[in-house]
Amino acid sequence: MTSSRSATTARRSTIGLKILMAGTGIVFVAYVLLHMYGNLKALAGEEAFNTYAEHLRTIGEPMLPYGGLLWVIRVVLLLSLVGHAYAAFSLWSRAGNARRTKYAAVKTAMRTAWMRWGGVFLLLFVVWHLLQFTILKFSVNPDRQGVNVQQNPYELVVASFQVPWNTLIYVLAMLALALHLSHGTFSAQQTLGWTMTSHAYRRAKMVGHAVAAVIVVGFLIPPLSILFGLIK
Amino acid sequence: MNLTLKIWRQAGPRHRGELKTYKVKDISPDMSFLEMLDVLNEQLNARGEEPIAFDSDCREGICGMCGLMISGEAHGPEKTTTCQLHMRSFTDGEVITIEPWRANAFPVIKDLVVDRGAFDRIIQAGGYVSVNTGAAPDAHATPVPKPNADRAFVAAECIGCGACVAACPNASAMLFMGAKVTHLSELPQGQPERAARVVSMVEQHDEEGFGGCTNVGACSQACPKGIPQDVISTLNKDLRAALRG
Repeated sequence: MTSSRSATTARRSTIGLKILMAGTGIVFVAYVLLHMYGNLKALAGEEAFNTYAEHLRTIGEPMLPYGGLLWVIRVVLLLSLVGHAYAAFSLWSRAGNARRTKYAAVKTAMRTAWMRWGGVFLLLFVVWHLLQFTILKFSVNPDRQGVNVQQNPYELVVASFQVPWNTLIYVLAMLALALHLSHGTFSAQQTLGWTMTSHAYRRAKMVGHAVAAVIVVGFLIPPLSILFGLIK
Repeated sequence: MNLTLKIWRQAGPRHRGELKTYKVKDISPDMSFLEMLDVLNEQLNARGEEPIAFDSDCREGICGMCGLMISGEAHGPEKTTTCQLHMRSFTDGEVITIEPWRANAFPVIKDLVVDRGAFDRIIQAGGYVSVNTGAAPDAHATPVPKPNADRAFVAAECIGCGACVAACPNASAMLFMGAKVTHLSELPQGQPERAARVVSMVEQHDEEGFGGCTNVGACSQACPKGIPQDVISTLNKDLRAALRG
């Protein structure tokens, strides 16, 4: 029924872009949940946390080289990021062009603006976060510096979150992430066509709120525990 | 009731428009919103001024012809069409801003009248069933399960007024298109062309310059017929199914 030409058109359509956004978004939700699990290992102490970090590199050996799976995950995440951002900016610019004359009086849907500007903020945060803990591995804590801190994941995490301004960045980022995911998780389900009844629609909304709540709480426990001295 | 109206005046498609302020006095709370505008237009006629152009036809909330952005809400504060909105929904002395639907795909023709031909072209792209219908068939010649029939009816309530586009932060027509696609996808007669229909309609939708959907639901809240969000889910699912071939 559909020729290859129309399939290409459909893929580039607004809905095609949304499906790309939904699919890549689900990759991020899954990754973020795994990431949160790893972070919570900090509650079990230095050894548990660092062993987990090392396991991420040795997992799959000898079938995979050292750090192999980690690189597979990084490539998938990078491609997802490119797809997610491409779809988002394309649709953002489309939406801007779709109404060039604005209303004088309008009750705006704020969630759309939150998703877009919140997404940009999260992108900047991811750059900061990767520089801090993956690429440069620098400590922002003047009292805890040196190779021992940089080479020891647990030490670096504790040193970083003892600094209030750094923790504040993470708190703000997690609140932005919660807002993004509470709508995004629901929106992905709607875009993938999983909400064809009003019951399924309400369930999708609840899943969105639940994912957001779990993630904001799970991610904020370790940094706040460190800031308030429960983890040293 | 005495009201202050700020109304968008635009002489033609290529003219620059602006909000102009008018005062109306002794408006009955039982008048419809359009009757209130009729009163204003009679006053303008009497003064020799150009009356305000706005769309209306049946004035009983079933044709989809009327539609105004009233103080930032499509069809105003009630969940109904502009013609079925009554002045009792407003307060004495209120300042009401009246604008046309705003979307590039709905260009202003004059004052509050917009060209919604884009909707017609989306329907022409595939929002139909190409079979010879002939004489009315027996009622149960083609069995349709009750839940499917009910959902098709809910979707078929769409009158194509364009409030969904007007209310959408992205000026997207997904609720309209979702209603039309769901209406046919729920019925046996809609199945043979199901995949081709959605691809063509979405292609036309994008070509007309409507935006994409961000699933915020402003459209369903504005819809005088209460078309639910789940029709957009069906639209999305049908397009995804068509993509798989």
